[in-house]
Amino acid sequence: MTPLLSVRDIRKTYGAHIGCTDVSFDLFPGEVMGIVGESGSGKSTLLNCLAGHIAADSGQVIFDTRAEGPQDTLTMSEPARRMLGRTDWAFVHQHARDGLRMGVSAGGNVGERLMAVGARNYGDIRHQAIDWLGRVEIAEDRIDDRPTTFSGGMQQRLQIARNLVTGPRLVFMDEPTGGLDVSVQARLLDLLRSLVRDLGLSAIIVTHDLAVVRLLADRLMVMKSGHVVETGLTDQVLDDPQHAYTQLLVSSILQV
Amino acid sequence: MIEIENLCKTFTLHNQGGTVLEVMRDVSLTVPAGTCVALTGASGVGKSTLMRIIYGNYLAASGSVRVAGVDVTRAAPREILALRRETLGYVSQFLRVVPRVPTLDVVAEPLLARGAAKDAAHARAKELLTLLNIPERLWALSPTTFSGGEQQRVNIARGFAHPYPVLMLDEPTASLDATNRAIVLSLIEEAKARGAAIVGIFHDEAARAQVCDREIDVTLFAPQVAA
Amino acid sequence: MSDYNFAYLDEQTKRMIRRAILKGLAIPGYQVPFASREMPMPYGWGTGGVQVTAATLVPDDCLKVIDQGADDTTNAVSIRKFFENTASVGTTTQTAEASVIQTRHRIPEEALREDQILVYQVPIPEPLRFLEPRETETRKMHALEEYGLMHVKLYEDIARHGHIATSYAYPVKIEDRYVMDPSPIPKFDNPKMEMAAIQLFGAGREQRIYALPPYTKVVSLDFDDHPFEASKAPHPCALCGATGSYLDEVITDDAGGRMFVCSDTDYCETRRAQGHVGATQTEEAA
Repeated sequence: MTPLLSVRDIRKTYGAHIGCTDVSFDLFPGEVMGIVGESGSGKSTLLNCLAGHIAADSGQVIFDTRAEGPQDTLTMSEPARRMLGRTDWAFVHQHARDGLRMGVSAGGNVGERLMAVGARNYGDIRHQAIDWLGRVEIAEDRIDDRPTTFSGGMQQRLQIARNLVTGPRLVFMDEPTGGLDVSVQARLLDLLRSLVRDLGLSAIIVTHDLAVVRLLADRLMVMKSGHVVETGLTDQVLDDPQHAYTQLLVSSILQV
Repeated sequence: MIEIENLCKTFTLHNQGGTVLEVMRDVSLTVPAGTCVALTGASGVGKSTLMRIIYGNYLAASGSVRVAGVDVTRAAPREILALRRETLGYVSQFLRVVPRVPTLDVVAEPLLARGAAKDAAHARAKELLTLLNIPERLWALSPTTFSGGEQQRVNIARGFAHPYPVLMLDEPTASLDATNRAIVLSLIEEAKARGAAIVGIFHDEAARAQVCDREIDVTLFAPQVAA
Repeated sequence: MSDYNFAYLDEQTKRMIRRAILKGLAIPGYQVPFASREMPMPYGWGTGGVQVTAATLVPDDCLKVIDQGADDTTNAVSIRKFFENTASVGTTTQTAEASVIQTRHRIPEEALREDQILVYQVPIPEPLRFLEPRETETRKMHALEEYGLMHVKLYEDIARHGHIATSYAYPVKIEDRYVMDPSPIPKFDNPKMEMAAIQLFGAGREQRIYALPPYTKVVSLDFDDHPFEASKAPHPCALCGATGSYLDEVITDDAGGRMFVCSDTDYCETRRAQGHVGATQTEEAA
């Protein structure tokens, strides 16, 4: 099977400081990978390098494109990469307002990606927007409201709908449940899990919340100071951690 | 179905002075299809550890563990996940679920994960929940608020939803009353009859006697005994 | 004659502006940056248009200046006087006589010819501005033809009003490539932009010039199921009876009285001189 994403030796430095280095892995279709580590461990830098939001210093990010098979997204032309960014890729930001247009209605937010790839029938766009709002449990009658009138959890669900409407195959998520209160987190996690399963999505989820990866991720990558210190099956890494840092991370979770 | 050869397991506690605990040495064991093996021994000798290694949950230090031909000590995460999806079931002592997901969906989950139609998966889930005497009024609720016995039965229903060829059962009858215990034992017998290889931990001796073909004393694998 | 250099600006500045205009004509709809000068009038009064006109004028040109279609409003009169003083060019109020027409917010009703130039005053040249405030990002969007956002604006219109309510500065796509703000002309005028004359757009404060060569393809953006409509008030002109011209609503008393008259004053006057009459005149005659 061809990996959907092959990452080879990604390195990003900020002057003398290492953002992330020597990161390599394969992500297969339908796989969900979690990247965990404390603040400053390089996990967000890595995610942004993979998604093309910041330029990696070296390495390869090879994506199995629909049209032309595996392509290195770091060397592909910017228009092609940006096209990927609004069709086959999706990026869910930690703060919904970074991923939404706050001055545009919920329907417009969901419809934007459709219009960006050439949808020109208002009725169809609206129909799809309603369908997607339903899938993320937002009532149809809120379609013309702006996200500013939504709660934090609703904004995050709207951001997910906006991202998934074009049927992406790979979703990057940066702390998708961060900043939400616990009851809202649970609902969002459940939603993400069923969407990932029903749509056969592959996803890379960056979080510092080990409970989130246990529920969402098939496998785990643990980062510290820009390096990957441990990888493996999620439950294996969490239940039988091998590296000192992972053991510390796992043993530091507060029990409720 | 399960072939264990020269398996060793150690835990290295990096944050406690790098202490290395050797918990198991030279485990060799075969569980053919259609048989049930019980792991015995005092609490703490490593029954659950062995079971977790077979399930791919713990890493082996050396040796091999082949489940339906896949060596779980060396397999890639996705191979282990595929194995767990199709072949290797596990009923743990504790139910771990996403909060607020209804019981019916929890039980149907393994079938849905294999791509079963929602209706068919729910039908099978209802069948098992009925069999295990979980009242229908609870099906739409999350099992997180259920009693210990109810949670365990939900866990068992989930573990038997798909006819796994290999099953790990960690104290499946521990907190059950006599009626439900009998039902679970008959589920195990049915699984054996269709050719499943089962590894179980049963503190309940009568249960062990009823369903198990062999007993393995895990104490024998402990390094201090072997030494 | 005054002590001003011809048409106020110095020759080097005019040259710089002409280069920008030529580049704009070569890439229709593309916003060319230029070093906009301080003009002796406030921003928002047509400083961009005035600089483009100044760089375009030659001594035997005949200039017409309109503001919302009218030759006699303050802005139009001031700019006309400005060029009378600084360039000594001939001026006119008749569309057909003019070789250069500077306009604010209208296109004359009378079809323009190949030997004419229409100069627009543009307040905000960036059509994507209100949805994407970052200039770096909008430039990239133009470069990569990422125009989905423009339709989001139209989508929002339909969602809120049931139809595309944008009635002026209605976005257009030029030669299937650049999306362009036609300046705040009524959308009624959009179809006229496919014309014989050269069209130049100057935004002084924003320091941008863009242009359309003659007969350039100009398509107003829309949806399949909500097509573009060049709408206007559904009345004939009260003065000249014209039914196909863009109308201004004029309040005539404080009892709710009003009338609709051509916004293009030259067009209306020409028609009346030809004997056309509207409802107002026939009432007065009766």
